[in-house]
Amino acid sequence: MSVERIGKIEEEAAAAIAGAGDTTELEEARVRFLGRKAELTGILRGISDLDPSERGEVGSAANRAREAIEALVAGRAGELEREELGRSLETDRLDVTLPGSPPRPVGHLHPVTRTRRLIEDVLVGLGYRVVEGPEVEHDYYNFTALNHPEGHPARMLQDTFYVEPSEHLDPSCGSGPMDVLLRTHTSPMQVRAMEDSPPPLFVIVPGKTYRRDSDATHSPMFHQVEGLAVGEGLTLADLKGTLLELLRALFGPDREVRMRPHFFPFTEPSVEFDVSCFRCGGQGELEGGERCGLCKGIGWIELGGAGMVDPNVFGFVSEHGYDPDTVTGFAFGFGVERIAMLRHGMGDLRFLFENDVRMLEQFS
Amino acid sequence: MRVPVSWLAEYCDPGLEPGDLARRLAMTGTEVERVSGRMGGDPGHFVIGRTLEVGPHPDADRLSVCEVDDGTGTRTIVCGAPNVAAGQSVVVALPGAVMPSGLEIGEAKLRGVLSSGMICSEAELGLGDEDDGILVLGDGPEPGTPATEVLSLDEPVLELEVTPNRPDCLSIYGVAREVHAVTGAELAEPPWDGWTDPGPGEVSELASVRIDDPELCPRFTLRVFTGVEVGESPAWLKDRLVSAGQRPINNVVDVTNYVMLLTGQPLHAFDLDRVPGGELVVRAAIEGEKVETLDGVERELPEGTVVVCDRDGPTAIAGIMGGASSEVSTGTTSVLLEVATWDGPGILKSSRELGLRSEASNRFEKGLHPALASRAQAIASRLLVEVCGGEAVPGMVDEGAGVPEKGSVRLGVGTAARVLGMEIPPATQEESLERLGFEVEAGEAGFSVLVPPDRAFDVTREIDLVEEVARVADLDAALPATLPATSGGGLSREQALRRTAEDAIVAAGFDEAVSWSFTSADSITTLGLDPTGDPRARPVAISNPLSEEQAVMRTTLLTSLVDAASRNLARGTGGVRLFESGRVYLPADGNVEAGGSFPGNRPAPALEPLMLGALASGALVPGDWRGDGVLADFFSLKGVLEQVAGSIGVSIEVVPGAEPFLHPGKAGRVLVDGQDLGWMGELHPSVGSAFGLGPSVAFEVGLDRLVAASPAGQESFVEVPSFPPVERDLAIVIPETVGASEIEAALRKAGGDLLEEVVLFDRYTGEQVGEGLCSLAFSLRFRAPDRTLSDEEVDPLWETIVESIESIGGTIRG
Ligand SMILES: [Zn+2]
Repeated sequence: MSVERIGKIEEEAAAAIAGAGDTTELEEARVRFLGRKAELTGILRGISDLDPSERGEVGSAANRAREAIEALVAGRAGELEREELGRSLETDRLDVTLPGSPPRPVGHLHPVTRTRRLIEDVLVGLGYRVVEGPEVEHDYYNFTALNHPEGHPARMLQDTFYVEPSEHLDPSCGSGPMDVLLRTHTSPMQVRAMEDSPPPLFVIVPGKTYRRDSDATHSPMFHQVEGLAVGEGLTLADLKGTLLELLRALFGPDREVRMRPHFFPFTEPSVEFDVSCFRCGGQGELEGGERCGLCKGIGWIELGGAGMVDPNVFGFVSEHGYDPDTVTGFAFGFGVERIAMLRHGMGDLRFLFENDVRMLEQFS
Repeated sequence: MRVPVSWLAEYCDPGLEPGDLARRLAMTGTEVERVSGRMGGDPGHFVIGRTLEVGPHPDADRLSVCEVDDGTGTRTIVCGAPNVAAGQSVVVALPGAVMPSGLEIGEAKLRGVLSSGMICSEAELGLGDEDDGILVLGDGPEPGTPATEVLSLDEPVLELEVTPNRPDCLSIYGVAREVHAVTGAELAEPPWDGWTDPGPGEVSELASVRIDDPELCPRFTLRVFTGVEVGESPAWLKDRLVSAGQRPINNVVDVTNYVMLLTGQPLHAFDLDRVPGGELVVRAAIEGEKVETLDGVERELPEGTVVVCDRDGPTAIAGIMGGASSEVSTGTTSVLLEVATWDGPGILKSSRELGLRSEASNRFEKGLHPALASRAQAIASRLLVEVCGGEAVPGMVDEGAGVPEKGSVRLGVGTAARVLGMEIPPATQEESLERLGFEVEAGEAGFSVLVPPDRAFDVTREIDLVEEVARVADLDAALPATLPATSGGGLSREQALRRTAEDAIVAAGFDEAVSWSFTSADSITTLGLDPTGDPRARPVAISNPLSEEQAVMRTTLLTSLVDAASRNLARGTGGVRLFESGRVYLPADGNVEAGGSFPGNRPAPALEPLMLGALASGALVPGDWRGDGVLADFFSLKGVLEQVAGSIGVSIEVVPGAEPFLHPGKAGRVLVDGQDLGWMGELHPSVGSAFGLGPSVAFEVGLDRLVAASPAGQESFVEVPSFPPVERDLAIVIPETVGASEIEAALRKAGGDLLEEVVLFDRYTGEQVGEGLCSLAFSLRFRAPDRTLSDEEVDPLWETIVESIESIGGTIRG
């Protein structure tokens, strides 16, 4: 009798548990079938009163039934929780189209810094160290040791800002009105770097430079990157290969470099270098035959100056291991702003230094 | 240098389109700025006209109404030139003509008078720079003659940009030789060929020269021409000059200019009758001497300027400009022709000091060889006879140190390949050099090369010859592109950390400014820096600034940041968050290491420390639809600075401090390990308003020093704690005058090694604690590295902590 009853209880319990529509109903069912006053609890409690021949059979049937009902309760509870969570999440909705609320606004590096870093990274990858030099400089480093003798007309090529003589300057400075200046190029650092380290030397010099000139394409202050490579057996072909790598990294893998002979006092031979125009692909005209405005129809864009280091420059640092008979070297230099403006299509150089946040925030 | 193609072709004609020739020259080292002179439309629209009547315009003072015979009839043209007059031969642009500028000429009413066509100036015709009057042709071609028959209107002109090492390319024949070298087209014999210096003769009875300082004047030659008739030059000569950009003056002066353009050697003609006794002296000017130059300006001569004097004093500034007193004019009959060689650096210096440049000084300053003087004498002697009707007095006065031998330079057989990384066959090298005018003798190991006088200053070494063979060899096309073997580059640790710090402040919401290094002396004054004690009040000053706004170098980034901020705020950005990472320029004052030393034997003239500065005004974090943002105030900016320093592992401390440009109660010094790195605080309201800023906070710290303090990459690992801590809170009441950092220091000292962390989590001032007092709540965390701490171990520390707080005037609450 009891065993059948136990089977019946289990069936009733299973139906009640399956029928429980929420956790409250399920709890009611649990109390009804497993609580202190439940019939099955009563049976379990009364087992010791049973005839010993019945105890084993009824006891194990009752325990199995209790375990089965507990498992059903647990299973149904899990189902109900998932359903209820699902329902409550359903009503907890955000308007995901509202603007985000960032922890802080995002700042921006200046385009000149971005471009300078990019150039540095490319040349660092080619094996160059980055060195920096002073901007208030001795005439000696800016001109004399770069093979611009006193009275040489090449000194007139660059309109120079001079610094007023002062007792506050370093005592190594001369007291003449033209002994101290704002460097007109980053090239003075060529000489300083060679005084500092023997060859082989592979350095680049990023930094501010100054010329007394102001219009849309000339700013009294601008940034240059100078490269200097000195060692045994370096050639003009090595210079060309180096420029090609750099310009392809800056302007795209299909670019070509062109070197035109030129004159700089501190290199011999000297060249100016151009990159093939990235807008018209070097053709000088756009699709449809319109003249390319970027390269003005030439197909090439002028970028900077370069050349083999003049032996006279080595002469100024020969005691530091630079024997003009055994080492050769090349140097190159170009403007950072020009690269930045070309890459981003900007027109007026001076605008870069206005630091208008509406300009700064365009670059990331 | 303007090179008319037809003149060039007389000596070398490569048969190329001007554009192609220009490209060819550009690729061998002679930049062609542009090809000009070509008319935009049909040159047939330009004809010679004759002005018949010229009268004033009824409604415009400065205009004239001209009746012009154009060969087919009379037309009315309104002209604005001051030099227009009746009876002139002029160039008329007929309606339909297109000027070199692109302007199309039509019929138009000018102030009510119909003008059909235009009378042209040189500049309008693209023939020269002369634009303050119309071009008047002297010898009167028939009206109606096509202008192209008289002027090279349809002729292209190459405008060369000549580098300072190539004065030979400031001459037609020099450019012809260059074209010959790079194209192989035949080069005509030099126009001075066949001349030998005449040696002394009767001329020495008429004129003489004494050189007081041979350094200044390596050579002075002179010849005398008598019976000269000064007048207008023939058309061919004027045309040559005009198309080369020179204004015709009179036949004698025109001849000297023509010869200068052809040979590159300037000449000067004196009226011999206005040189008393024909005696010239070359010497340096003494202080206070004056001369009136050909341009009618009386000039005081800087001491040391080389002058050519007669008995009465300076009569010409050597190599730069002749003097008015001995000028050749209509009445001149005897001409003293000077062809001299001057010291280049001396001419450059004098020309700069005088602020006077001329075609002559432009050539002399680059250095000319004494041999060139004979060339110019050769051609000028012929032309002064042919063109000016003069007669050459036999002989030539020739003073100076004589003409030096040609320089000799060796070129090793493998040198070019060693420098270029590209083989150029020896035969090609030899041919290139010979075309350029070098005399080459081939030997076993290379070439022995004699340098022509034109190139004497530019080519003195083997490497100079390498450049010559390289540039003629179509370098660009043939040169391979190789990469040298290098051994590892990289940013230095300092440079990499600098980038990290910059990136951290960008991440904190700041935009980077890159500002002028210049500022005005006024802006530094506005900051109120102590002029005697503060090095920032002693800026590096520019002696030739572009403006007062850019007269000195900045000594603090603050001037740059307030500039950028006020510009942005004026444009209506509600607030700004700007930073700059850059150098400031401070007096060296014997302090060599403070600014970051640079490589090289000579110290930098000034200190140039790298600084990191920031300025914020308005919201640091803008409010949005969820609520208020964070205002840029002292503590929010301090948080930014802590975060930036923290990005490279540096902890900063801010202690009370003052700057004259900061709010006295909201200013601090920024310390790292006790070393002063800079300042931070709220801008003084009066400084802020002087720059147009509202409440703003800013800081400036030494970026070099911040980076130097960084342990990044050098940290040694400390075991992560494995035993649980004991946490306790502490509330104290203490006078407001005791700084939080002082309290923290007292807590740490008392807590000893077991006190792991101290965090201030609440601060209160107000009625409940009493005037002048504040309540601070700290949470303290104690931990031992090797065992679980018990309360019993912490209790005695707690007593010490309480004592130490009391010792600095605090009481424990609760
Ligand atoms: Zn293009």
